[in-house]
Amino acid sequence: MAANAAEVQEGLAEIVNEIAGVSAEDVTPEKSFTDDLDIDSLSMVEIVQACEDKFGVSIPDDQVKNLKTVGDAITYISTNA
Amino acid sequence: MTSIVVTGLGATTPLGGDVATTWAALLDGRSGVRALTEEWAAELPVRIAAPAAVDPLDVLDRVEARRMDRFGQMAMVAAREAWAHAGSPEVDGDRLGVAVASGIGGLTTTLATYDTLNEKGPRRVSPFAIPMLMPNSAAGYVGIELGARAGVHTPVSACASGSEAIAYGVDMIRNGRADIVVAGGTEACIVPLPLAAFSSMKAMSLRNDEPERASRPYDVERDGFVLGEGAGIVVLESAEHAAARGATVYARVGGAGYSADAHHITQPDPVGRGAISAMRHALSAAGLDLADVVHINAHATSTPQGDVAEAQAIRVVFGAAADGICVSGTKSMTGHLLGAAGAVETIATILALYERLAPPTINLDTLDEGVDLDIVTEPRKLPAGDLAALNNSFGFGGHNVALVLTTA
Repeated sequence: MAANAAEVQEGLAEIVNEIAGVSAEDVTPEKSFTDDLDIDSLSMVEIVQACEDKFGVSIPDDQVKNLKTVGDAITYISTNA
Repeated sequence: MTSIVVTGLGATTPLGGDVATTWAALLDGRSGVRALTEEWAAELPVRIAAPAAVDPLDVLDRVEARRMDRFGQMAMVAAREAWAHAGSPEVDGDRLGVAVASGIGGLTTTLATYDTLNEKGPRRVSPFAIPMLMPNSAAGYVGIELGARAGVHTPVSACASGSEAIAYGVDMIRNGRADIVVAGGTEACIVPLPLAAFSSMKAMSLRNDEPERASRPYDVERDGFVLGEGAGIVVLESAEHAAARGATVYARVGGAGYSADAHHITQPDPVGRGAISAMRHALSAAGLDLADVVHINAHATSTPQGDVAEAQAIRVVFGAAADGICVSGTKSMTGHLLGAAGAVETIATILALYERLAPPTINLDTLDEGVDLDIVTEPRKLPAGDLAALNNSFGFGGHNVALVLTTA
């Protein structure tokens, strides 16, 4: 069952805030994790782990490199959860 | 030879979240030891410890703190205080070094991560586990914070680590590698495993019913050390660099002496050979006469064997001149901060010289007859004029480090 994209964005914003300290309202679909939100590779791994737990989705390592923007992650999670 | 001065001090200890609070408590003769009433301690043979007076989580930014083990957090708190105390010096990063030691490193993270691995599987192991648990994590974070590019180092020598880091910092400046080195030690491992393991070694006090009386160096009733946590950091600087920027100098580092027992992994050499040679090397490096030394902050952990072995080594080194030295065992108040001990005690030694006041040794009711030294039990005024003091630190593994400090 596909998850609601708005709910995913809200949940993802909470995770990014918790892990990286980025303000939740800055976690919007067009933002790049690395270039706009200044999230390093280790924090990205932690965010992926937290998303897997929160949304019950599996995000294989070969998919993570495709999740460049917040929107990429929302789409992947809402499609695969 | 390059003269080295101390221009900044920082600490977070069982007695206070900064240097001023810690120093006031030392002079007051307060104990930082308390009962461990937490549920996890209920079945342990040792149920006392000296936790940090201020939780670093209450001081640091939440996100930066979650990427550091507690021992790294302690170091960051102390390093920031020391750097600010030194006046946040303008220095070329290529001439700024860091030497921050730990005895044990990020044990809390190691244990918690192992639980995660077993309970949730390998894919839930944090990517920050290694950078948090590695013993050089604290030094690395402090180096990044300050932009220290001359070298970032982590000597590991158990309970001598903090002093060894300061000695290493002195070497860095003397070797021309840096103008300033931020040096010290940090430790945070008040968790069941080390309490149980040190207890198995019969190294710890079992005075669970009287926490504040448990750490009692030189007293006949002493029965082991009390585990503490915290960090101590000093800013070491070439005298020339400090003078050029008009920095306040709190003390000079006369010299450092290292040695190793090469005897037993945990027992001190029965005739104190290693301790004796470390003190002699330090005095020689400082070019001092025995009579110049007026104060010693002893390693004095409150173990039956160690306190006497060190006291006798001091008597061998100084002979009759030891009569003129007041000796303090500040672990009676702080507990034993392991890899941070040497650094916190170096700070106490510096302040004793700067304030001309030696801190007391508490809980000393009946002096062990094997100790032929003037152990101060109340704050003792030190004389005017140029003074020197010694700080001893010894560690499992047979490491011995002695630092000579002199008045500014």
